[in-house]
Amino acid sequence: MQAPSPLLTAENLACRRGERLLFRRLSFRLEAGAACHVTGANGAGKTTLIRALAGLTTPYAGEVRREGALGLLDERTGLDPDLPLGRALAFWERVDGCTSPDGAITILGLGPLLEVPVRFLSTGQKKRAALAALLNRAVPIWLLDEPLSGLDTDTIAKVVALIRLHIGGGGIALIASHQPLDVPGMTSFAIEDFAPAPEEDYA
Amino acid sequence: MILALLRRDLAQFFPFTGSGAALPVVFFVAVAMLFPFAVGPDANLLAKTGGGVVWIAALLAAILPLEKLVARDIQLGFFDQLRLRGVAEEAMMAVRLLAHWLSFGPPLLLATFPAAALLKIEGETFSILLLGLLAGTPGLAAIGLMIAALTASLRAGAALSGLLLIPLALPILIFGAGALARQDQVSLGFVGAISLALVALAPFAAGAAIRAAREQ
Repeated sequence: MQAPSPLLTAENLACRRGERLLFRRLSFRLEAGAACHVTGANGAGKTTLIRALAGLTTPYAGEVRREGALGLLDERTGLDPDLPLGRALAFWERVDGCTSPDGAITILGLGPLLEVPVRFLSTGQKKRAALAALLNRAVPIWLLDEPLSGLDTDTIAKVVALIRLHIGGGGIALIASHQPLDVPGMTSFAIEDFAPAPEEDYA
Repeated sequence: MILALLRRDLAQFFPFTGSGAALPVVFFVAVAMLFPFAVGPDANLLAKTGGGVVWIAALLAAILPLEKLVARDIQLGFFDQLRLRGVAEEAMMAVRLLAHWLSFGPPLLLATFPAAALLKIEGETFSILLLGLLAGTPGLAAIGLMIAALTASLRAGAALSGLLLIPLALPILIFGAGALARQDQVSLGFVGAISLALVALAPFAAGAAIRAAREQ
């Protein structure tokens, strides 16, 4: 049996942070093989959008539909800071039932870091480790929150290649980033376009 | 998956393997050791008041691990990542409760042996003390977990959680220490009942608290 094709849609989505409405009437539909680049200044609501899409928070209004397992990459890696990287990753490999984690570790150049406790890793190294954990989950929908921040140019090229590979294989990727991304066929929107007008009365 | 989670939680909180997690037990024995110095070596007085001291020491020892119990993993995004894998917050908290109790309950019970010797608690009183702690510590762990989850997103959460635990733990303390004074088993039953109710409630309350913390 073939796995049902993944789908991520938002319909009339509105989210608030505290008392402030960040965006409203945001709708999109991403099917298998689609990539979407969300741009916006700091604090415009990219992270809020991603957390609502992931189902971690309830949107103020509107609906999110997800079909297929979902992976999230953000600045919080979920890796134990006290453990050596190898063992911190091994925990998630066990949880995800991943039997061949070495591929992702090699691609992202984490081999020499496996013995280093996670708290000693730099921002970029942590991001690479979180990417390895995401790759090893083998989920169809990727939500990437600033996946390129803190990475060197070599790794940025690798991450872009990985995103291309992922959507080429029928996955979905939604990337929030203010850096340009070179992924063919990728749609993009600026989250500010959905920000409410200053005196707008949104209900 | 639940087993992997339990192993990870245990490794984090267990004495001597986790980061400084032996502290509550050391603290507990230290209180039992200091008490005879403070009130004098009168064996009768010690035997009479010692049980209560052990209970207070146990209560204070239960406060110490609260700081790291939930807040750290919220900041790490650990619970978020589990949620994305379809694990319910209630399940995460049930596992955490078990790990928390295992990391401080049994070591505390073991430490009761030297503590009781220092306080001249013997015979029937000792067995009631031990049974009472066995029945009461799960309840203390449950209260601790709920408070840790509720205060996790507050800046002064750690200090506050200690303060909050004390009044909520009073029923357990009253019946647990009361059983010693009256030498009866009925109070122990009450301690066990309170503990059971708290253990049943805690995963739901703590799970809801974690979800609520995300909405900020």
